[in-house]
Amino acid sequence: MILVVLSAILGLLGLALTGAVFAHNAAGRIAVYGGSLLVCTALLAAGIAALGAEPSRLVLPVGLPWIGAHVRLDSLSGCFLAVIGLGGAGASLYGIGQGRHEHDPQRVLPFYPAFLAGMAMVVIADDAFSFLFAWELMSFASWALVMAHHRAKGTAWAGFVYIVMATFSGLALLLCFGLLAGPAGGYSFDAMRAAPPAAGTEALVFALALLGAGAKAGLVPVHVWLPLAHPAAPSHVSALMSGVMTKVALYGFLRIVFELCGPPVWWFGLVVLVLGGITAVLGVLHALMEKDLKRLLAYSTVENIGIVFLGFGLALAFRANGFAVGAALALTAALFHAVNHAAFKSLLFLGAGAVLTATGERDMDRLGGLIHRMPRTAFLMLVGCIAISALPPLNGFVSEWLTFQAILLRAELPQWGLKLAIPAVGALLALAAALAAACFVRAFGIAFLGRPRSRQAADASEVDGWSFAAMAGFATLCLLGGVLPGVVIDALAPVSQALVGAHMPAQLSVPWLTTVPVEASRSSYNGLLLFGFIALSSLIAVTATHRFASRALRRGPAWDCGFPDASPATQYTATSFSQPLRRVFGTLVLRARETVEMPPPGSVAPARIHRSISDPIWDFLYAPVGRAVAFTAGLLNYLQFLTIRRYLGFVFAALVLLLASLAIWQ
Amino acid sequence: MIGDFAPADLAIQGGQMTLVLGLSPLLTGLVRKVKARLQRRRGPPLLQPYRDLRRLLSKDAVLAENASWLFRAAPYLIFAVTWVAAALVPTFATGLLFSWSGDLIAITALLGSARFIQALAAMDIGTSFGGLGASREVMIASLAEPAMLMIAFTVALIVGSTQLSTIAAMLSTGDSGLRVSLALALVALVIVSVAENARIPVDNPATHLELTMVHEAMVLEYSARHLAMIEWAAYLKLLLYISLIGCMFFPFGIVDGPASPERYLGAVGLYIAKLASAGVLLAVFETSIAKMRVFRVPNFLGAALMLGLLGVLLLFVSQGM
Repeated sequence: MILVVLSAILGLLGLALTGAVFAHNAAGRIAVYGGSLLVCTALLAAGIAALGAEPSRLVLPVGLPWIGAHVRLDSLSGCFLAVIGLGGAGASLYGIGQGRHEHDPQRVLPFYPAFLAGMAMVVIADDAFSFLFAWELMSFASWALVMAHHRAKGTAWAGFVYIVMATFSGLALLLCFGLLAGPAGGYSFDAMRAAPPAAGTEALVFALALLGAGAKAGLVPVHVWLPLAHPAAPSHVSALMSGVMTKVALYGFLRIVFELCGPPVWWFGLVVLVLGGITAVLGVLHALMEKDLKRLLAYSTVENIGIVFLGFGLALAFRANGFAVGAALALTAALFHAVNHAAFKSLLFLGAGAVLTATGERDMDRLGGLIHRMPRTAFLMLVGCIAISALPPLNGFVSEWLTFQAILLRAELPQWGLKLAIPAVGALLALAAALAAACFVRAFGIAFLGRPRSRQAADASEVDGWSFAAMAGFATLCLLGGVLPGVVIDALAPVSQALVGAHMPAQLSVPWLTTVPVEASRSSYNGLLLFGFIALSSLIAVTATHRFASRALRRGPAWDCGFPDASPATQYTATSFSQPLRRVFGTLVLRARETVEMPPPGSVAPARIHRSISDPIWDFLYAPVGRAVAFTAGLLNYLQFLTIRRYLGFVFAALVLLLASLAIWQ
Repeated sequence: MIGDFAPADLAIQGGQMTLVLGLSPLLTGLVRKVKARLQRRRGPPLLQPYRDLRRLLSKDAVLAENASWLFRAAPYLIFAVTWVAAALVPTFATGLLFSWSGDLIAITALLGSARFIQALAAMDIGTSFGGLGASREVMIASLAEPAMLMIAFTVALIVGSTQLSTIAAMLSTGDSGLRVSLALALVALVIVSVAENARIPVDNPATHLELTMVHEAMVLEYSARHLAMIEWAAYLKLLLYISLIGCMFFPFGIVDGPASPERYLGAVGLYIAKLASAGVLLAVFETSIAKMRVFRVPNFLGAALMLGLLGVLLLFVSQGM
């Protein structure tokens, strides 16, 4: 099995070369994306086959001479390999169609397969060196893809922030693995599993893993690069970064904290839980204020990562207190949400890409009415929006419902911190879910409904068949995940067994394919039946009204209380739609301000309204660090323009200092 | 429990679905009548909502020129989703045939789905009133929904289940005793119900002043059978919330398990009495209070959210003590 994955990764690297050589002709594009599609399908199959199978491992004679490269495919790797295969296959299919609109294919085609290869290598790596190498390959390739449209406004800044944060993430993980390996230098994961860190270093390992993996996943407060970098890349790459790369980061967190770090301490759970809850709410609030469609989706990724981390935190807290059943439920819910997010976020980014190609606009205030010009895309986007808003009967609801069930287990936890944090985080999750629905009503309603707000939106055209097929595939998965959640939950059982030593009860054997997290008298949910009931009742309603009541239909001008607006500019925009929410939530959290500037009486100047929002994390954490770096650099600038005598003096002083310290040491 | 199947159960489930559908316009008619009497008006007859529905259903529908398929499909979807949600709430009997297919959280989310579609339909025509209604509706929902979930948490933590049938059965035995958290949850649920059903003081169901509208602004462009579906869904929603309050906080008289037809009839009678008294109380409440400004609503709903959270915290903290 591991050989299939390794050859798939080799294939991807070969495709990267193909992309570099044949970037400029159509055949090269089709070869790269078509090849990636095939390889990703193979990765998907291998990942699913690895779930529940015995781990297969191999040592390759590459990498550091005294270690070699260890690779291993177990249930956890398989789960995430399947996500990579799934997201990669969809994005590649979309690339076959939409890739032809790419202006600079030579900046995309070589890096795209390399990015996929890097992600696949991360999840099968079984020693610290291979892991970090793959991690950095993934970071570098995605950075190159972010910089593909390097002349577009804001891309350079996005790329800069991303590379800084990616370096930070790599550094944190490097130190983390250094601590795990210990002074003996046992860099293979087997050695780390055999010797978990001592009680003191454990906390440091946890903190570094949280920072390193969290920075890649988009956890607050190390999320700032994500809403800049994800939207800057070409849309199918955005889909991969949001839908898949963040999952690889989650994998890194799980591998280190749940497996290599040994048994958790209870406050690990508390920290992750609280950070997850804050991330969820902050992410969705930012998404609500955003009028750039792709940035909105990126912020919503931050929100969903928060929900997943919240589940991880619960699992850690339960596991630390020896409550394996609860840990299994929380972990399964989190993993399920990660898989779901891969499906619907990929769908939404691909849809946003279709809109971008059709209109050239990402600003929602210049879109509108696309449901008429792009009916198929609009329908699929609607499916994605319902799924991500956690509404039944689609998949997003099931995973959030499971998370709620995990919160409601009311485990007898002895720690007061957890007793208070769990219900508070439950409230944050509920708030995030409700705000997400508001956010996606706004996103879909402004971009796809109403009347077109610009010429470009009025002249948009529908996507090609390939891209449509990619989106339709993800939409189907959103529905299937919602009506048949038992399939996914049962597939995740070996992963949760491996990580927390228990798994949820088998779901597919419950009558009517009902989902029962703990026991039937406690809670159950059946998406299939609900979907059937809704379909049946709407059918009854439609048939009855059309059979027994009037079925006549006339078209006329809009009523609008008797004063129809002549201009589409009178519609609500994305900014005006979120104004009530900005006033309710934004004034406190995002320091949203609105000032109205009235001209003096008699003046014919227009009145103006100014609004401002700011990210508290950026202002209080990053801006001071940036200022400190600039200040230090300014001081050190003095060293740049010295005479040769002084430089020689410094060299001499350094030498003396070193010799002196050596002498003192001995 | 799951998968048990008996023809009698099917009849009871079907009976409940028909009952809620048939009774809901009457409940709204009652509220309107009582409100009118309290204002010293004679008011429309009790059966007026049925007549309204019949009148709307027999008219030709007029659609705005740029209405999309979503606008046409939305009324049926809203109606269907609300009806399914209403059918999942125990009214006169617990343990209905399909009651295990959705719990209290799922019912909340189903209503969320209906609202999602409703808000989108409001934005479809591209008028400023539609956007205004949708924008305010999601603002209200973004506080009401978490408050509702907190109420669900409170009850679920006391009973150890989110299934409404189990909750009603457990609470009707009175084993849980009198709890502070339950009282907090009841107050929160009343506030949420008032907001969710677009009643005074959050919204005015009888408003004719466009700028104060929330729900009415969203359905402004609808006519004929489409409007009938939406109105009926709104009637159902009011009935759903009252049934919810009934089965969680006043569960006496609900039939638990198989019983004789006479007992079922008695339970239905008691249920109708509960509905009627809730309707009268709602009318009195609405008459005695003034409508709020839109930006006062968050404070009102925030209170519900905080009450719910307080109830949950009390339960978490008191465990093991």
